[in-house]
Amino acid sequence: MPTTLDMLAVRLLAQGGKSFWLPPRSSQQAAEVDWTFYYIYYVSLFFFLLIVTLMVVFVIRYRRRPGQEALPSRHHNLPLELLWTGVPIILVATMFWFGFSGFMDFAYAPQNAYEIRVIGQKWKWQFEYPNGYIDQDLHVPVDRAVSLTLESNDVIHSLFIPALRLKRDAVPGRYTTAWFKADTVGTYPILCAEYCGTAHSDMLARLVVHERGGFERWLEQASNLLATMSPVDAGERLYQLKGCMQCHSLDGTAGIGPTFKDLYGRTVALRSGEIVTADDNYIRQSILDPQGQITAGFEGVMPLVQFSDDEIRAMIAFIRSISAAGAEPAGEGAAGGEAPEPAGSAPGQPATEPGAGAQPAIGRAIGGSGAQLPGTTWIGSADATNLVTDAEGSATPDASRDRG
Amino acid sequence: MSDLTTHTGHTPQAEPVANYLSHARGLRSWLFTLDHKRIGVMYLVSVLASFLLGGILALLVRTELLTPQHTVMGADTYNIVFTLHGATMIFLFIIPGVPGSIGNFVLPMMLGAKDVAFPRLNLASYYMWLIGAVFTLIAIAMGGVDTGWTFYTPYSTTTNSAVIPVVVGVFIIGFSSIFTGINFIVSIHKLRAPGMGWFNMPLMLWALYATSIIQVLATPVLGITLLLLIAERVLQVGIFTPAYGGDPVLFQHFFWFYSHPAVYIMILPAFGIISEIIPVFSRKHIFGYKAIAYSSIAISVLSFLVWGHHMFVSGQSPLANAIFSALTFAVAIPSAVKVFNWTATMYKGSISLATPMVYALGFLFLFAIGGLTGLFLGTLSVNVHLTDTYFVVAHFHYVMFGGTVMAFLAAIHYWWPKMFGRMYNQLAGQIGALLIFVGFNATFFPQFVMGSQGLPRRYYNYPEEFEIFNVFSTLGAYLTAVGFLLVAGMLIHSLFRGRPAPANPWGAETLEWKTPSPPTPENFESPPTAGDPYDYSRLAYEPEIGGYVEVPARTGEVA
Repeated sequence: MPTTLDMLAVRLLAQGGKSFWLPPRSSQQAAEVDWTFYYIYYVSLFFFLLIVTLMVVFVIRYRRRPGQEALPSRHHNLPLELLWTGVPIILVATMFWFGFSGFMDFAYAPQNAYEIRVIGQKWKWQFEYPNGYIDQDLHVPVDRAVSLTLESNDVIHSLFIPALRLKRDAVPGRYTTAWFKADTVGTYPILCAEYCGTAHSDMLARLVVHERGGFERWLEQASNLLATMSPVDAGERLYQLKGCMQCHSLDGTAGIGPTFKDLYGRTVALRSGEIVTADDNYIRQSILDPQGQITAGFEGVMPLVQFSDDEIRAMIAFIRSISAAGAEPAGEGAAGGEAPEPAGSAPGQPATEPGAGAQPAIGRAIGGSGAQLPGTTWIGSADATNLVTDAEGSATPDASRDRG
Repeated sequence: MSDLTTHTGHTPQAEPVANYLSHARGLRSWLFTLDHKRIGVMYLVSVLASFLLGGILALLVRTELLTPQHTVMGADTYNIVFTLHGATMIFLFIIPGVPGSIGNFVLPMMLGAKDVAFPRLNLASYYMWLIGAVFTLIAIAMGGVDTGWTFYTPYSTTTNSAVIPVVVGVFIIGFSSIFTGINFIVSIHKLRAPGMGWFNMPLMLWALYATSIIQVLATPVLGITLLLLIAERVLQVGIFTPAYGGDPVLFQHFFWFYSHPAVYIMILPAFGIISEIIPVFSRKHIFGYKAIAYSSIAISVLSFLVWGHHMFVSGQSPLANAIFSALTFAVAIPSAVKVFNWTATMYKGSISLATPMVYALGFLFLFAIGGLTGLFLGTLSVNVHLTDTYFVVAHFHYVMFGGTVMAFLAAIHYWWPKMFGRMYNQLAGQIGALLIFVGFNATFFPQFVMGSQGLPRRYYNYPEEFEIFNVFSTLGAYLTAVGFLLVAGMLIHSLFRGRPAPANPWGAETLEWKTPSPPTPENFESPPTAGDPYDYSRLAYEPEIGGYVEVPARTGEVA
């Protein structure tokens, strides 16, 4: 049980914060919430003990005994009743005020806050960084204000970060916002707090607070797939990130565009009547000039998407890896990848995700997760089973290992 | 007055008069009865059956949570079980519970009346409840519902489970609640005995009056909301579902506009019960009668203005949040005043620890915790951390179970002799109360810690460091169940073997104790006259009959 010393500690220590009642924390805002929590706690404890003590004393002192009747006393006492109405009014007014001012600290983000979008979906969180990179974990720099804009693709979810004492609903059809400034480096759990169905309790992620400079390094590595992954893996990731998956399937079914399955090395009949072989140059040309060589039976609706030369090479490697004709060493390289982290390894995650079948219409490029694409090596996949995480826990993202 | 003295002075055994239980026999005499007492007993049996169903579901939930992952059921089954536990306990048990059973039984007699103002409406209210309950059972037969008892959209508009039968059932039960409310309001206005001014009414009647106001004014909003939810599912109207252009948060506003006042439908009758029991068993006039009476009305008015505190993290504007938080604290004050008044009533009393009083003291202890933890949740910044966690689960179980159910048990033990004409074994009653009290605390106190440590509610899997708390909680639930079995066995035993009850075993001054136990079908032979319901100076214990009789007033005894 916490003591009065704990209350002092809450005030004096900017870090730590783990107690019998509250989990570790990582922000000044959280420290103020904790202070308010303990203020209410001690006031409540006082009144609880007062009532129970009076109750016990009366029951013992005035217990029914033979020959002894109730003693006369007044039925009401205005000064006493005003006192026990007035004192609680003053106390709850102070509670209201502390709670309100603490809440306002969370309400409006500063102008220069780093902006991250949060997308809730059955049953995973996605965090989109300003450069368009999407990750399953929330990575942030230490001591920098971060603002979150939340949305949901299906039902209501609620982003809950106990270490920040922060919770905000992700509501479909509208945006909600929140912000925080983490001040302690570490890894902390993120949970879904609004009931959302089968795997509600598995909708977990991590908050990774990076030391100074660490966040920028992480983001660059994570975003720069080519430097951190094998070409096949990077190509697969690009397939999702760049939106290819919206039109080109991997299972042989024709979508808005032709499937990528077994594309490499096949002969393709073009709308112009030409017959070509889908080789490296064909793929390169199709990416750089989408309207140039349109496959017969399809509309020329593919937009021009920016790809660098390295990215094009990765795409070619990826398409080769899923084509019978192209299954050369590249595919093996992917299977025996350097970072054998199982995809979507959050414990209890169902093997087949019911939500994964129906991709949202608004087209989050990375809608699918590891569970949808087995064998993918994810950067920072969720493993947040430990709610009360060691504050000194590794702040190094998995990306650094993947880099190998 | 002298008339009454001779009337209650007789020993019950000497009475040849048929009572309300024995004057007519057969199923039809129950199914078509207009007697408020029989309707009360039918409600009592029905809501207790619902409580048994909800309790079994609760034990299933607790059993599943014994281990961090799969224990006895899958995640989808778990979701259905906790939803049905909540829906059964809220809509079938605790909302109709005290008003339907205890309220129906005692309200007319407390008023000194023969029956409620509209006996046929009263019977209709029971059948509305029954039809609604049947719909709920149909939903269970159809595979259950997995939305949580709150039916939040768009989950409830998109899930494949049997939402519509449950929602129709709750909609119909709403009418049962409205009928009871109308009946009680009119009865209290029109049927008070000679001499019973508003401030001579027992506080139970004030509490039931405040409850009825909420039932009549708030329940229609729930009905409309649930109809819209059905329309949304069937016709895709586009009110709550974003995919059709609706707003899911609007549903929360509508839902809590009813459901927050509804928690006061659940707790206000409990306040009334406690206000009756503590004075009787302390042999002391209630302290601060008017403050308790007014605070009931204040709670029922303020209860309509605080629904937004369920939505502090929904994206509601900070201004709205601030207003709802302030109003929430306002509603805490009348509750606090009541607790102080009850405690002060015991001062210089002659306190008996008979079973009803044991439950009443348990209520004070548990409701104090339930009420004080509400302060954490009313505080905006702390609410953000605690909402949707086990802290909330623990808080409302302390209020609803520790408060209402303990008071309901107190009421059953208090009015049992009046209802069935039998006394029960006091020692068994006290042990049962103790088991339930200890088991309840073991079940729910760990949940405060789990919640403030950050474990969200409605979780099927949970991190291993919470296992110890969950095991403790589940064992507590089993202990509580043992307590309930003991109480049920003891009460049923009393029906057959219990000592016949005197008219006034506890020495209460409210009018229902001036009828025989059990009462005659007409309650009173001649209209009684009401005095101060908490002045016990004219009652004395008569060991020969094991109850209290009226004696000539000892003037000057009480200040």
